[in-house]
Order: sequence, then structure tokens, then C-alpha cells
Amino acid sequence: MSAPGYTNLNSSVSYSQNSTPNGGAAPPYQNGPTQAYQSMNPPPGCYGAPPQQQSYPTTPAHSTPAPGKASITKSAHSANYYQSNHQPQQQQHHHIPQHHVAPSPYNVPSSQSYATHPSSGPPPSNAQYNQQQQQQQQPPYATPGSYYGQQLYYPPPGQHSSQQQQQQQQQPTLVTAPASGPGAPLYPIVSYPSAPGSSQYGTLSSTQSTSTPGVMPTQMGAPLHQYNTSRPASTTAVQPGYNAAPPSQLAPTVNGQGSTAHQHYDQSHQASLSYNSYGGVTHSSGSTETDRPPSGTPSTSVHSSPGHQQGVQYGYVANSGASSAPATTSGPAAAPSSSSSEDEDDDDEEEDEEAGGDTSSSSTGSASPVPNSYDSLEGGNFPDSMPSSNDMTNQAASYGSYGYSSMQPAYHQGPASHADSSPSHDPYGQSSYQQYSQPFPNLSQLSAALGGLSGVPELEVEALRPVNLLQERNLLPPRPLEAPEPNLSPELKKVNCSPQTFRCTLSSIPQTQALLNKARLPLGLLLHPFRDLQQLPVITSNTIVRCRSCRTYINPFVTFLDQRRWKCNLCYRVNDVPDEFMYNPVTRLYGEPHRRPEVQNATVEFIASSDYMLRPPQPAAYLFVLDVSHNAVEAGYLKYFCDSLMENLDRLPGDSRTRVGFLTFDNTIHFYNLQEGLSQPQMLVVSDIDDVFIPSHDSLMVNLKESKELVKDLLTSLPAMFSQSRETHSALGPALQAAFKLMSPTGGRVSVFQTQLPTLGAGALQSREDPNQRSSSKGVQHLGPATDFYKKLALDCSGQQIGVDLFLLSSQYADLASISCISKYSAGSIFYYPSFHYIHNPAQLEKFQKDLERYLTRKIGFEAVMRIRCTKGLSIHTFHGNFFVRSTDLLSLANVNPDSAFAVQMSIEDSLADSSLACFQAALLYTSSKGKRRIRVHTLCLPVVNQLSDVYAGADVQAVTCLLANMAIDRSITSSLSDARDALVNAVVDLVSAYKSNVSNLLQSGLVVPAAMRLFPVFILALLKQKALRTGTSTRLDERVFAMCEFKTQPLQQLMRMVHPDLYRLDNMSDQGALHLNDTVVPQPHLLHLSAERVSRDGAFLMDCGTVFYLWVGKCCNEMFIRDVLGYPNYASIPPNMSHIPELETTLSERVRALLDWLQDNRAFCSTIHVVKDDTSAKATFFQHMVEDRSESASSYHEFLQHVQQQMSK
Amino acid sequence: MEAAVFILSLVDCCALIFLSVYFIITLSDLECDYINARACCSKLNKWVIPEMVGQCLSTMLMLVSMHWFIFLLNLPVAAWDIYRYLKVPMGNMGVFDPTEIHNRGQLKSHMKEAMIKLGYHLLCFFIYLYSMILALIND
Repeated sequence: MSAPGYTNLNSSVSYSQNSTPNGGAAPPYQNGPTQAYQSMNPPPGCYGAPPQQQSYPTTPAHSTPAPGKASITKSAHSANYYQSNHQPQQQQHHHIPQHHVAPSPYNVPSSQSYATHPSSGPPPSNAQYNQQQQQQQQPPYATPGSYYGQQLYYPPPGQHSSQQQQQQQQQPTLVTAPASGPGAPLYPIVSYPSAPGSSQYGTLSSTQSTSTPGVMPTQMGAPLHQYNTSRPASTTAVQPGYNAAPPSQLAPTVNGQGSTAHQHYDQSHQASLSYNSYGGVTHSSGSTETDRPPSGTPSTSVHSSPGHQQGVQYGYVANSGASSAPATTSGPAAAPSSSSSEDEDDDDEEEDEEAGGDTSSSSTGSASPVPNSYDSLEGGNFPDSMPSSNDMTNQAASYGSYGYSSMQPAYHQGPASHADSSPSHDPYGQSSYQQYSQPFPNLSQLSAALGGLSGVPELEVEALRPVNLLQERNLLPPRPLEAPEPNLSPELKKVNCSPQTFRCTLSSIPQTQALLNKARLPLGLLLHPFRDLQQLPVITSNTIVRCRSCRTYINPFVTFLDQRRWKCNLCYRVNDVPDEFMYNPVTRLYGEPHRRPEVQNATVEFIASSDYMLRPPQPAAYLFVLDVSHNAVEAGYLKYFCDSLMENLDRLPGDSRTRVGFLTFDNTIHFYNLQEGLSQPQMLVVSDIDDVFIPSHDSLMVNLKESKELVKDLLTSLPAMFSQSRETHSALGPALQAAFKLMSPTGGRVSVFQTQLPTLGAGALQSREDPNQRSSSKGVQHLGPATDFYKKLALDCSGQQIGVDLFLLSSQYADLASISCISKYSAGSIFYYPSFHYIHNPAQLEKFQKDLERYLTRKIGFEAVMRIRCTKGLSIHTFHGNFFVRSTDLLSLANVNPDSAFAVQMSIEDSLADSSLACFQAALLYTSSKGKRRIRVHTLCLPVVNQLSDVYAGADVQAVTCLLANMAIDRSITSSLSDARDALVNAVVDLVSAYKSNVSNLLQSGLVVPAAMRLFPVFILALLKQKALRTGTSTRLDERVFAMCEFKTQPLQQLMRMVHPDLYRLDNMSDQGALHLNDTVVPQPHLLHLSAERVSRDGAFLMDCGTVFYLWVGKCCNEMFIRDVLGYPNYASIPPNMSHIPELETTLSERVRALLDWLQDNRAFCSTIHVVKDDTSAKATFFQHMVEDRSESASSYHEFLQHVQQQMSK
Repeated sequence: MEAAVFILSLVDCCALIFLSVYFIITLSDLECDYINARACCSKLNKWVIPEMVGQCLSTMLMLVSMHWFIFLLNLPVAAWDIYRYLKVPMGNMGVFDPTEIHNRGQLKSHMKEAMIKLGYHLLCFFIYLYSMILALIND
């Protein structure tokens, strides 16, 4: 976690290279036991092999940071197993002495390395390591003996536990450092280490350490004892080794898991190496992945060093690779390597997107070892797991009661299955959970669990408290609403997907459609799958474990029936655990499939193999299609576009293959030849717009790196080139056709800048808007497209992996309803700047510039597809968002960007009675801008309930509102706007009456809703007052259509802020309850209702509308506030359109700016701030957001409630 | 003469039966993910007008030959076909629109419609067959 670790990690990176060897070693483990130790033993290296592998190979690399990570993990593996094996001999040789020292000494020789690792950048020890590593290859550990040895070994760790723990502690810190480390900023997503990984990593590492040694001591005194006992047994042969072993244990712990220790000890360096590598792993993942990942994701090659680099993330690759490599030695392993690619099965169709995935590598080989490890594992785990298993019986009851205990059983899912499955199995699965939790101190766990037990019911009770809307007037919570927590066991809650990524309207899924209908709430998911993440575990493995029948990716919510089998949580099929999955690169233990990062994180990213490609990954390709007609020149956007692109040319996501092209159009189409070697860009004009052709095929889309000078030339001269243009027609359709032809061979992103209605050639449109109807309350026509030209073209584009983004900068009607289809169905984004003019409308210009900067530099995924899977019995009914639905659960996304979100509506087709959990998995397969195929998998797990009150308790009012908004948009296009508005009002009426008749048995008059939904009427009223859905207020058709597009694509948080802005009072903020982040204090003022009565003239109020902040200053506002925050002596001297907050040295100013920065923090697009004085005309823009007040054409909140009440009584 | 009318109707009805089966097969292919929405819809849209023409043809034949009962049996279906075709929004690519077919249960309703039509055409087939034989015997 700590940043320092990160740096260290870098150094470790080099290790990752080493790791490859380790990886090789790892396989041996699996297979391993078979081969004779003795042979191995002689060379210290053999023992060391595992450890060595880690660091050794890399040594050279070590000097450089990077690769090592993978190796580390591997080493861990080896360590565990090997230790046993090696110990005997090695110990004799070197270990013994070292061992003794080891615990403390560790710190000394190796410890230095440890200690240093975190802080010290590169591991000094590398050279030493290298030597060791070489030895590793030998590791035919395979001999069964080794396994036993492991068991034995464990015990020793227990003894040493205290020391180990200390070590462990060190480790975690180290680990953490990497996580936070530098890697994150650069490639947050990519780098496993940095991102989620980092945190997780940190946790994992800690877990690892804890799990092996640390955990043992804490939780499982018993197990430890067992170990001890076991030791004796094993000791027979090994005892000498054992003695040594303890030290080794220490070492292992240090490494993360100690197993390596023996070897390490012997070679004190090794140990250090392993650490380095470890750290490196984390680091490398961060740093390496971004750039280096290259090497080897793919199956076989991976094994070798490249794998490690990638492996950094987890070392998995290495493992897999390793396994394969070792295979040769051990024999069994061989299979894995070959396995890499075959898709086993099924549908060829899937190839398209998710194809290959599972190779079930041959896992047969390792039978003997497996059992051994398994036994040991079970032994360790059982105690803990058992209790949970007991809970199982209670499940049924549990539903009714909120108790978590019941939930846990649920986890296992099929209660029935539990019963069936051998008891041992259950424990196993549970054990995994526990392990997961282990990383944390037991005490904390306990307290957390207790808190959960007692707290949850309270929460639910609170969520169910009947609220009479006509009486309670202060409904808003003091802080912005959070997503409700699903009523799951703490373990599951901990691993569940973040609500920002994946959210369900009902956090308790009703068991049947009938129950859902009774609740009168929509069931659906809101997804933001590609959002920028601070932490993300990236996994490189040549076997991506998936269910064989439904192709679900393995996730934290599957059930492990035993060591070798897991049960899919979506279709309940029982699958085999592939061999390489048995090795845990994080803990470096064999036989712990339930601790792999895939099973510990609900959001993971896999580096996909070639099975997931239909063609080689495409390069990043960007084509800019610019309107240069007279209208565009008048608006003056071209100069700002060129400036912005010029500035961000080097920040465009991509690699050395990145291609760019430009195309301009008015009534003709102009291409630009930017071929390297030309002295200046060459313009080619095609005036035949009825049959567009591409004048030159290879020189129009050019490599950005090679032609950068020409591109810059063009950007400099472009604004002047058309300044005299008098052409008023626009041939948008033909220009898009040309763009399609130009991009077809590669796919990529087309950015279209349009400033008027297209009037020429294919796709020409006529004005459909009648300005007199803008404020009509009767219904709005022409919300749908006028032609299918754009839709067809968009589908063609989608088929060729071309995404089209539209920037409309128009002051006149441009029929956005028709043109937007080009983006809607090709998964593009739409930006609209009404009345854009570079002089007359500086606010729009500023927004345009900020959006453009974000747009050009944000992450992008190419040729993407997303599949949404859900538990058997649930099915997707309707999709909302920009994409093309290619088959029942497959979304085709030519481009995917981090700012767009999706929604789906679900229906319950079969009763969910036979499972207590419902799971949803969204898998996004895409090509990164660096040309790597990646799969991002999110899994959400929710409880299934059979009581209406539970459904209401778990309702997520924000998600429900957003989903209803999407449904209303659909309705207004297919039917009519007034229908849609009625449907929204009816949603409130239905909810209130359903609640009244089914749940609340109070004979209260008035409007009673469950507390969880108390804000529902406010939100619906706010929706009805949005541009998209309002009537009676003059609204331009294009603005309305754009607002509808926003509803469909904005992520939930952003959308909710637009619909129902957050209002705070700033002039009397106190530090009470403030957040302390780093050195800054972020005050947390209370949320206020959006009503003018909450605003007073003697105050200053901040309204957060998502894209804009308004700071409203009252006439009688405290002069101190004006002086300290705005920098003006009094109210009168504030300029009318002030749009920034000066950086003053006063406390109040610092607090206000801290709050603004904090609010801004997680937003993709930079929000602007406007200071609004009470007397200016801008006041209206502020007060139009006061949705609870009456406006000229819409009712107030109170009137709305009365209307609802009337409807109910009908 | 009457026999000729029914023979023609019978042939027409056979064609419509085949068409219904084709619709069902294609839609279920889409349901099972064997073809993508775009291919499915472009296949089906091609046959929307022929289906409508075939249905109207048999309706007109019955009207002309003054078989009122069968005419009334045919009329609602013909009217539905025409209404469905005219109702398509301007921006859609036909009765079957690839961007919408997976939304709002459209796939299911199309499937249901094709099934009902298949049953209806089978019924008509036997009516025509019976009437044809009757007409031939009478001759």
C-alpha cells in the first residue's frame, strides 16, 4: 500500500523476468512432487530453485525494475512445496545455520533486502539472486515428498509465527507501497499492482503472509498445532531438514509466504531476492504492464520471461508458464502449455467476442500432489469453515430474518448442493472466505462481523420505516446518497463489485416475477464498466478459467466443492479447476484456488490470449471529420479544435502504431495526404458526393509518429485555409461514408464535428422543428430519426469496429434526433454545444475546450464487446445506452470510453427459489490503445428474497430513478412524451399504493412510502422538470433530444446530479464532521432541499449540477465571506459573470476550494463554476434547478404529492 | 372456375405457410444466437412485403369470388399486415429493426405473431383444400 513500496517494486520489476523461470518452477509444484528431491537437493539451487527462479533469472534484469514481480510469487510457491523437499538437504548445507539466524537474521541479510525493498528502489541483491535463480530450473520438485514436506513446514511457521508475523507485517507495508506507487497514475487500469490490485494486493500480500504464517497464528492456533503434529510424522525422513525448516519458514513468511525460505536462507540473497521480486511484482505490474506487458500474455511464450512481466500483476502468467515449463520435467505439467489455446467448446459465435477462453489445460498429471496439498489445506481450513457450514441449515429461516449468518450459507448458493456435497467441501469453500478475511486482524474481523450482525437489521428497519410524505419535510440525508448495501455476509460484501461500476435497482432480488410485479419497481442494472479505476487487478494467465457451459468467468461468488471442482454461480454447473489455477501466485502457495485474485476480486482484468481475437489487435486509429462550411467558420470552432489537438497530440492514447487522419467537408469532401516525406500536407478534393471514393488508400491515414510534423503543419494551417469559405451547404452523409471507407480496414474512432443541418447528398435532412411548438404542452413531435441512413451507416461502422463520436456545435436546428443515430448505434458519444460561438458564447467555448481535452486524452478501448450474464432464471429484457445489441446478451461496442454507462432492464423468467444469491457478470473484451486484448470482468452478487418488505428495504432509489428515466425516454420516442410523463407519475402512484396495500399495515392516511424510497417522488418530479421530459416550457428540439441522449449514457452519479443537484450552504460551514485528506480539511456541509425557501439572502449557496457549479451569493451575504472567498470588498463589487474562485490565503477560501476540489475529484469532465448574484439575469438559471418549487408550467412538490394522492383515490 | 380460385388460394396459402415457418426458424436462430440481429432482420424484412401481398391476394380472391366467410376470415390478417407495415417509424429499417429487436420483448412478440400466423395459415389451408375438393366434385 505505501507508496514507497511502489518504487521498490520498480526495482523488483526486473525480477519479473526472473519470474519466468519461477513460473517454470511453479509447475513443478503442481506436478512436482514426483521427482526426487535428492537429486534436487544436492544443488542448493534446487531448493532454492523456486526462490531462485524468482530472482535469479532476472538478476540481470534486476538492475532494471520491472519484471521480477511474477517471479516472486512463483518463488513463493516453490518455497512452500520445496521447502519441504529442500529443507532436508539444503538445511543441512546452508539452511541450518541460516535458519537459526533466519528469523531475526532474516531481517539482517535478507531482511535488509526486505527493508530496503520498500524504501530502496532497486534491489541491490539482484546479482546474488541471479545465481540462485539459475538453479531453479531444476526444480523437478515433483516428488510427492515435497508436498508432505510442505505440510510439515507449515507447522514450523506456526512456531515462528510471532517472528513471521512481524515479517509479514513488513511485507504488507511493502506491498502496499507498490500499490499506491507510481504505476497507478500512469496506467491505473493496466497495472494490477497499482490499482485494485494494489489495495488488494496489499491486502492480499498481507493475507498471504497472514494466511500462511500470520493467519495461522491468529485464527488457527489449532491448525498450527496440527502442523506441529504433522511435522513429527514427516520428520521421519526430513527432520534434520525440519530444523532447518523453521528458519525456512521464517524466510517464506518474509517473502510473502515463506516457502521459498529455505533456499533463500541458504543463499541469504535469495530471500532478499524473493522479496525484491515480490515488490517488483507489484510494481512491475504497475509500471511494466503499461508498457511492457507485451511479452507474453499469450500462452506459451508467457511462460518465459515475458510472462513474468505481465505476470507482475500476479505472476500468474508465470505460474501458468511455469507449470508448462516444469511440465517437461515433471511430466504432468506439459499439458498446460499446450493447453493455452484451445477453446474447448462451444460456440464459435462466442469467438467473436469472448471466444476462447477456456482452455482446459490438461490437469491430469498432478494427481498425487494435489491430494496432499488438499489435505493440508483442508486441515488448516476446516476449523474455521465448519461454523459457517453449520449456518447452512438456517438458510431458509435466514431469509426472513436479516441475519447475516443466513446469508453466508447463501453464499454457497445451492443449499441443496451443500447438503449433497460432502461436508468437507463446504468447509472448504467457507474456508476460502475466511482466508480472504484473514488478512485483516481477527479482532477487526470479529468486530466487523458483529457490527454486521447487529447493524444490518437496524439498517433494514430504517429502510423500511414508513414515511408519511405529507408530514415529513426534511427527507434529504445530510450527505449525498450512497447506494444501499446489499444484505450479504460481510465476506461477500467486502468482495462485491463497487456500486459505482455495477448497481442494481433492487439490492435484494425478488424471488419471482410475481413478487416483482407486486413491488411495482423496475428491476434493472446500471453499469459503468469501463470507468477509470484507481486500482484494478490485472491477471495474466494462459488459462482463463470459465464455466464450460455458460462461459462465466470464475469470480468470488463461485463455490468450490473441493480442491478440484468449482460450481458456477450463474448456471450451477460443476467445473474442474485447471491445474495452473491451483497455484496462487499471490500467496505462492499451491492448492489454494480460492485465494487466487480472480476469486478474491469482483473486478478483475485478464490479458486475453489469441483465442479472444478474430484478427490481430488493431492499432489506435483516429479520424477527424471537420465541418468547414461557412457556418462552421462563423462559429469559429476550428481554431480551438486545432489548438487543442495540437496540445494533446502526444497524449492521444496509443502506441507507436497509432494512426491519424483528417477529412474536411462542406459541399465537397477534402482528404489530406500526410504521407511521410512530403514537405507539406496535400489536400485532395472529391466533389462527387453521390458516389464517394477514396482518392488514395495508404496515405490518408498515417502513422502519427512518422508524420507528426505534417500533422502539426496541417493543424496550424487548417483554420486559415477555410476562413474565406462561402459555401453554406453541408454534405455530412457523404463525408461519413468516406470516413467509413477510410477506416474500414482497421476500425477505430471517427470524431465528427458538425455545425448545421446536413443538406446535400445521402443523409440530407430537412428542418422538422416548428419553433411555435417549442413550449407546447400537447406533445412533442420528431423525437425519432427522420431517416434510417444514419442508423444503417452506424451499423456498418459497428460491423467494421468503427465508433463515431459526434460534436454538434450548432446555433440552428440540426436534427440531432437523426444525426445522433450515427453515434448511438456505433457506441460513440455525443456532445452538443447549443449556440456555440467563439466570441459571443464564452461559456460554451470553455466547455468545448474542456470536453475536448478530456475527450482526446481519455482511455479508449477498441473493437470491444460486452456480455452481461446473469443467474439462471433472470434474463435481460431491454438495453439502454449507445451500442448495438448483437444477440440476446451481447453488446457490440466499436469503441468503449470511460465516460459512458449502460443500463439494462431485467425480468425474472424462472423462480429463483433454489438459490439464495443472484449474480450478474459483465465481461468487457476490448483492445487497449496499446494493442493488447483485455477482458474486464465485473461481478455483482445480491441476495434473493421472498418478502415484499425485503424488496422495499433493498430498493435503490437513485438507480430506480435512472432506470425509469431511461424507460421514459424510450417511451417518449416510441409512443409520445405525454405517455412517458404519465408513466413516471404512475410509477409513484403504483409504488405508494402497492406499499400501502401490501406492506404497511398502518391505517395512516396520506402518502406513506418506505424510508428507502422516500426521495422517489422528489426525484420523479425533478425528472419531469428536466429538459428531456418537460412540457410547457420552451425547449428546443435539439436540446431536448440531447438531454435524452445524456440520460441514456451518463453514469448514475452524474445523472443524479443533473436531475437533482446537490445544494449546500457555504457561508456558515464548520469543521465539524469535516474530512481530513492529506493536509487539507474538506468541510462537509449539509445537503439542502432544492427549494427557494431553503435559500436565504444572507447566505451563499453552492449548487452542484454535475457539469456546472453555481455559487449563489445573496444580497445581504456576510461581507466577510465575500471578502475571504471571492476577494471583493462587498456584494456590489462582485462582477456579474465571475467564473472562478480566487486562491486566497484565508481559511474560509481554503475550505471552499477544498470542498470544490473534493466534489470535482471523481468526475471525468471538469466542471465549471459560475458565481451568480442575486440580482442578475443568471439568477434564473440557478433557480430553475429548484425542482421542488412551482414553475410557470410545472407543479411544486407539494402539489405533486397531492396529485399523486388524487390518482390513488381514483 | 371455383375450383381454380381455390387451387390458386391453396398455392398461395402453401407459400404463406412456408414463409411463416421461415420466420419462425430465423427468429429462433436469433434467439439462440446463431445469427446476429442485423443479418436476421435484413433477411426477414425482405419477406415482409411478399407476405403482405400474398395475404392480400387471397383476401381479394375470396372477395371477388364472393366467399364471404373466408373473406372475413382473411380480412383481419391482411389488415394487420398492412397496418404493421405502415406503422414502422421513419427511422427504422423495416418491420424488423436490428437495433430494437432485442428490446422490450420484441423478439418474443414477433415470434408469437409468427406462430399464430402459422396456425392460421394451416387452418386456411384445410379450408381451401376442403372447398377445392367440394368444388371439384360439384363440377
